[in-house]
Amino acid sequence: MCTTCGCGAGQARIAGEPVPAAGSADAGVAQLATDPPLAAQAHPELPAQIPAAAHVQHGRAATDDGGQHRHYARHGHHHHHHHHDGHDAEPASTTSARLVQIERDILASNDAYAAANRRRFDEQGIFALNLVSSPGSGKTSLLCRTIELLQARLPLAVIEGDQQTSRDAERIRATGVPALQINTGKGCHLDAHMVGHALQRLSPSDDSLLLIENVGNLVCPAAFDLGEAHKVVILSVTEGEDKPLKYPNMFAAASLMLLNKIDLLPHLSFDVELAIAYARQVNPALQVIRLSATTGEGFEDWLAWLDAGCAAAQRSRKTTVDALRRRVAELETLLSSGARC
Amino acid sequence: MHEMSLAVGILEIIEEAARRQDFQRVKTVEVEIGRLAAVEAEAISFCFSAVTRGTLADGARLQIVHVEGQGLCFNCHQTVPLAALYDPCPACGGHPVQATGGTEMRVKELEVE
Repeated sequence: MCTTCGCGAGQARIAGEPVPAAGSADAGVAQLATDPPLAAQAHPELPAQIPAAAHVQHGRAATDDGGQHRHYARHGHHHHHHHHDGHDAEPASTTSARLVQIERDILASNDAYAAANRRRFDEQGIFALNLVSSPGSGKTSLLCRTIELLQARLPLAVIEGDQQTSRDAERIRATGVPALQINTGKGCHLDAHMVGHALQRLSPSDDSLLLIENVGNLVCPAAFDLGEAHKVVILSVTEGEDKPLKYPNMFAAASLMLLNKIDLLPHLSFDVELAIAYARQVNPALQVIRLSATTGEGFEDWLAWLDAGCAAAQRSRKTTVDALRRRVAELETLLSSGARC
Repeated sequence: MHEMSLAVGILEIIEEAARRQDFQRVKTVEVEIGRLAAVEAEAISFCFSAVTRGTLADGARLQIVHVEGQGLCFNCHQTVPLAALYDPCPACGGHPVQATGGTEMRVKELEVE
């Protein structure tokens, strides 16, 4: 288990059923073949018995070479990255030890699934949002009110992420909108693979708005792209103004901050301007909307933002479809003229 | 943050490489972790040894190469060392400083047999 946040793996469930392992044949959301090809290059020309630390380019802090140009000069000196655990002194194995260069981001597999989700959103004209916040910021209430106001004029779907229970999905389904619950079990965040499976189950319709409510956690979800158009961070005025400084990664990753529960401001000493200034200190481009899911104040701005996003997603699908139709027509013309020749 | 997921990610990369490159054991895994990547070296080492138990990387040494943080200040346009994301510029005190190095989390190299 993770010593930082206690998260684990392999416990995720979608609507109560286990999620197939990433990369399994039925995953369906992303093919490993579509991954960027591994930069892995075996180096059979290197003699066997390379010391464990046949290492290169000390002081690689400068990243401007992109890490691409490594040389295999065997300096004969060993690593000194505080790992004097005796391994260096071991006699080299007599079997054919070799070095394999990998050069792959640790999150590459998540990013490949996210790219697959994003392609699906693009093809279907779906405007997908990843809603992130601390627990208790009022995400689900905000979602319910948003749905009530939008469902008459826009197809909607919701994916709910929580460590346990399907209470949130039930709350959403009570509004009449399709919702699917992902339980992350020991996990502290949704990842793109879980969302890909949820999409298969949920089948959101073309030109819809998909709201993904992430696990209440301001740390981990920042690092995991789900394929969404934007992360929307919700901060409620019952929290501290300095949360953006304390959890900067999330506020930096978001495009929009919803400042929720503003109906409570008269009873609090929360400084709205200070909170916004802190948020823009970590993300100068962050948009901010102040609202209350209880009174509905500020919702016209939020709905206008959603409408603009949905319209853009639908336009880009239409452009793609029109472009494809034109290309098909061109090819058919070419084919028929060729047939006459 | 989420070191367990990252350790699983490292194992997935190793297993995929093993299929393509045909090796059975991994002795050393070199990863590059930026100082600004919000990853605890101790936690990831612990998680890595836990998730690799019983796999081809069982007992493999996780060698972590730290990359110092670096940023470009939008105020004074200098490249400056950066101790934490979103800190003010150490040279001019201005904001924002865009991180240009030290956020990476990469598997660099494996020693295999």
